Amino acid sequence: MTNAEMPIVATPPEVKQHGHGQSERRWQDYFTFNTDHKVIGIQYLVTSFIFYLIGGLMADIMRTELATPASDLVPPELYNSLMTLHGTIMIFMWIIPAGAGLANYLIPLLIGARDMAFPKLNALAFWMIPVGGVMLVGSLLIQAPQAGWTSYPPLSIVSGKVGEGIWIFSLLILGTSSILGALNFLTTILKMRVPSMGLNDMPVFCWSMLATSGLVLLSTPVLAGALILLAFDLLVGTAFFNPTGGGDPIVYQHMFWFYSHPAVYIMILPLFGAISEIIPVHSRKPLFGYRAVAYSSMAIAFLGLLVWAHHMFTSGTPAWLRMFFMITTMVIAVPTGIKIFSWLGTMWGGKISLNSAMLFAMGFVGMFVIGGISGVMVASVPFDIHVHDTYFIVAHLHYVLFGGSVFGIFAAIYHWFPKMTGRMMNENLGRIHFALTLIGMNLTFMPMHKLGMMGMNRRIAMYDPRFTSLNQMATVGAYILAISTFPFLINALWSWWKGKPAGDNPWRALTLEWLTTSPPAIENFEVLPVLTHGPYDYGVDPEEDNRENEPPFTSPELQPDSSPLS
Amino acid sequence: MLAGIALTLVSIWYGQNHGLLPVQASDDATVIDGLFNTMLTVGTGIFLLVEGAIVIGAIRFRRRKGDNTDGPPIAGNIPLEIVWTAIPVFIVLFLSVYSFDVYRNMGGFDPDAIEGTPEVQVAMADTDLATPIVDGQSSPKTHSMHHHLALGVGADPSTQGKEPDLSVDVMGLQYAWIFTYPESGITSGELHVPVNSDVKLTIKAQDVLHAFWLPEFRLKQDAIPGQPAELRFQTKREGEYPIVCAELCGPYHGAMGAKLYVESQEVYDQWIQSQVVAQKGGDQTVATLVERTDSERTDADRLAPVAAELGITAETLKSLQSVQPAA
Repeated sequence: MTNAEMPIVATPPEVKQHGHGQSERRWQDYFTFNTDHKVIGIQYLVTSFIFYLIGGLMADIMRTELATPASDLVPPELYNSLMTLHGTIMIFMWIIPAGAGLANYLIPLLIGARDMAFPKLNALAFWMIPVGGVMLVGSLLIQAPQAGWTSYPPLSIVSGKVGEGIWIFSLLILGTSSILGALNFLTTILKMRVPSMGLNDMPVFCWSMLATSGLVLLSTPVLAGALILLAFDLLVGTAFFNPTGGGDPIVYQHMFWFYSHPAVYIMILPLFGAISEIIPVHSRKPLFGYRAVAYSSMAIAFLGLLVWAHHMFTSGTPAWLRMFFMITTMVIAVPTGIKIFSWLGTMWGGKISLNSAMLFAMGFVGMFVIGGISGVMVASVPFDIHVHDTYFIVAHLHYVLFGGSVFGIFAAIYHWFPKMTGRMMNENLGRIHFALTLIGMNLTFMPMHKLGMMGMNRRIAMYDPRFTSLNQMATVGAYILAISTFPFLINALWSWWKGKPAGDNPWRALTLEWLTTSPPAIENFEVLPVLTHGPYDYGVDPEEDNRENEPPFTSPELQPDSSPLS
Repeated sequence: MLAGIALTLVSIWYGQNHGLLPVQASDDATVIDGLFNTMLTVGTGIFLLVEGAIVIGAIRFRRRKGDNTDGPPIAGNIPLEIVWTAIPVFIVLFLSVYSFDVYRNMGGFDPDAIEGTPEVQVAMADTDLATPIVDGQSSPKTHSMHHHLALGVGADPSTQGKEPDLSVDVMGLQYAWIFTYPESGITSGELHVPVNSDVKLTIKAQDVLHAFWLPEFRLKQDAIPGQPAELRFQTKREGEYPIVCAELCGPYHGAMGAKLYVESQEVYDQWIQSQVVAQKGGDQTVATLVERTDSERTDADRLAPVAAELGITAETLKSLQSVQPAA
C-alpha cells in the first residue's frame, strides 16, 4: 500500500513564515487583490466558468437561429457579433484562463513551493481577465465586433470602428495577462521546486505548463503586434493591412495565426498535463512512458510554432508554402499520438475507478482523438481546399477544444475539487453531467462534419434549406449541452457548501499536493516535503524500493540535487 | 487477431461507403475523394482502436468493489513505444506523399498560375488600387521571378502550358459574384461554361475578402483585394452547381452565392448569344441574376452602378488579351 507509506517529511531548520499577514482564509479574500496562488487559481476558475456560461448562451442563441435556414431569430449583424464574441470568449475567457487557473492552483503544490515566483504579478494577471471580459460582453450594449474572432481585414476595418476597437483593446489586455502568467509559471517551475525534485521527477503537468508558457511567451507578442497595427489601420487610417492604401491583408493573417495556431496548443497542453495526472491516479498504475509523455509536450510546442499557415491554404499562400506547412502539420500527429497511446497504456491492466474525474478523462481521450484524426485530414492540402472555412472545420475545432480542452477542464475540476474545497463532489450528479455532455457534444458536432463536406460554409446566419435536418440535430445537441451544465453547477455549489469531507488524500494519490491539508494551508506545507518516490509510483512495493541513496530525515538544504530515484 | 481483421474490414468498408461528399463534377474531385477515402479508412481504424481500448479497458480493468490495491507497476515499454511512434510516422509520411501527388495532379504547382495576374506587382509598386495600372509588361523574366507567388490551383500536368478553352474573370463583392467573359465582353451574375472544357477563372475581390468555393469540384480559393488568384479545372459533367462564398464577408455572407451551369456546347453558345444581344441593347444591368432571397435581389439592383467600377475597364481587357493571344 503506497498511501500507507507517507513520504518522510523533513524538518527544515526554520519554518519561515514569510506570510500574507494572516493565517486563516476568509471568503472575502476571493474578491480582493489577493496574492495567494490558491486564491488566484480559484478566482481564475470561477471567473472563466461564468464566461463559459455566457459564451455557451451565445452558442445556443446561434444554434436556435440555425434551426431554420432563414435568418429569422436575430438580425444577421447581431448573429455575426454573437459568433465573434462566442469564439473570443470561449478562447480568451474560458479555456485559456481555466488552464491558467489550474496551473496557478497546482504548480506550487505539485513542486512543493509556498507560492508562485511573482505573487503580485500573478494577481495583476488575473485582474486583467475580468476587465477584458467585461469589455467584450459589454460591447453588445454599445457596438459589438462583427468580423469573427479572426478579425481579418479588410472586413474588420470596415465593419464598425467602436466594436472592433473594443475587441482589439480587450484582446491586448487578455494577451498581456497571458504573458504575465506565463512568465510566472516558467520561473516558478524552473526555480522553485523542492530541492529533491529534478526536472525529470516533476509531475507531467509541470512539463506541459513549461511547454505552454514557452509558447505563450514566443507567440503572444506577435498577436499584440498584429492587433496594434490593425488598431492603427482602424483608428488612424494607416494602411498596413488595408489594400485600398496598398497594404497587404495576408500579412495580418500570418501574424494572427502565428499566435493563434500555437493558441490551440496553449489551450490543450495544460489539459494534456492534467489528464496525465488524473489517469494514473484512478487507474492505480504508473504513467506509461513518463519521459515520452513529458517530452512530447515540448515537441508539440516546438512544432506548434511551425504550422500556422495551414489556416491559410486557400488564402494568399503559394504552392511550396502549402506543401511545407502540410508536412509540419502532419508531423504534429506523431507526438500527439504518443500521448494518446501512453494514456491508453496507463489504463490498460490497471484498476480503473469509473468516477466522474476518470470518466471525463476517458471522454477526453476518446473525443480528442476524433479531433486529431480530422486534424490530419485537414492538414492534407487537397482535402483542406475543399473543407476550409466550412462546418467540417467547425466540427474539427470543437472536437479538439470541447471534446479535448473542456472535457479536460471538467476532469481536472472533479479530480482536484476535494483538494480545493476539502469536500467531495457528488458522484451521481457527476456521472449525469458526463453522460449529458458526451451525448450533447456528439449530437452537436458530429453532423457538422457531413454538413461541411456537403457544402455548408461556416459563419453564416442563413443557409441552403437542404442542410436543415442535420442542423436541427446539432441544435438539439446544443440544448442538451446547455442542460448538462446544470447538474455540474448544482453539484459544485452544493458540494462546496455541504459535501462530504474529503480528507487530505481521498484518491490515495502520490503527487505532493495531496500531502497537505484540504484545502491547503495558506503557506501550502507546514514543512516543505521531501520526495521519497516518483509522482506515479503506483503498485511499487515500498519495501522493495531501491532507496539506498536516500538520506532520510535531512533538511532540504542537505539533499543532493538529484532525486533518490533519478 | 480476429478483432484486428474485423477492424480492418470495417475501416475499409466505411472508407468506401461513407456518403459524406457531394457528387464529383470533375476528375480532380474523384482524385481528391480517393485521398479522402484513404484518410478516412486509416482514421476509422485508429478511431476504432482507441475507442475500443477505452471501452474494453473500462469494462475489463474496472476496479472491483473492495479492491483497494494498485495495478501492476508497469511504467513503460520501450519497444512498444517505438512501435506506436513509428506507425504514425509512417502513416503521416505516406499521407504527405499521397497528398503531394494529388496536389500536383490537380495543378497546384502550375507555374503559369501567375499569368494574368500582373496586379500583384502593381499592388506593391502603386498604392492606388482604384485604377489598376496594367501596362502589359508581362515579360518572361518577371514571370520566372514571381511564379512562386502564384495563388490558387492552375492547370493540371496534362494541360500545362496550353491556353485554357475558356477564361472568365470573377469578381467578389458584398454580396455577389460577378463573372466577366473577356472574349465576348459579357458580364453576368451566373457562371456558364461548356462541358468537357478547360476553364480558367481569375478571382479578384473588390471590397473585403471572399472565397470562391465549388463544393462539387472540391475547389476553393480566397478572393483577395489587390491579389488576383486562379482556379483552373476541367468540366466533365453537365449540371447546375452551387457557388458558395466561404470567407466571412459581412452579415449577409450566408446569402452570397451564385450558380455554375455546366452545359453542352450548343446551350452554352445560345446563352452567350442571348447575353451579347441583351447587353448590346443598352441594358447594362445584370438582369439575369439568380433567383434567390430578397436580400440578393436588392444586391442585384445595386450591381448596375458598381459594374462600371469593377476594374473591368478597357485597359484590363486589353492586357488580358495581350497575355493570352487568340485563344
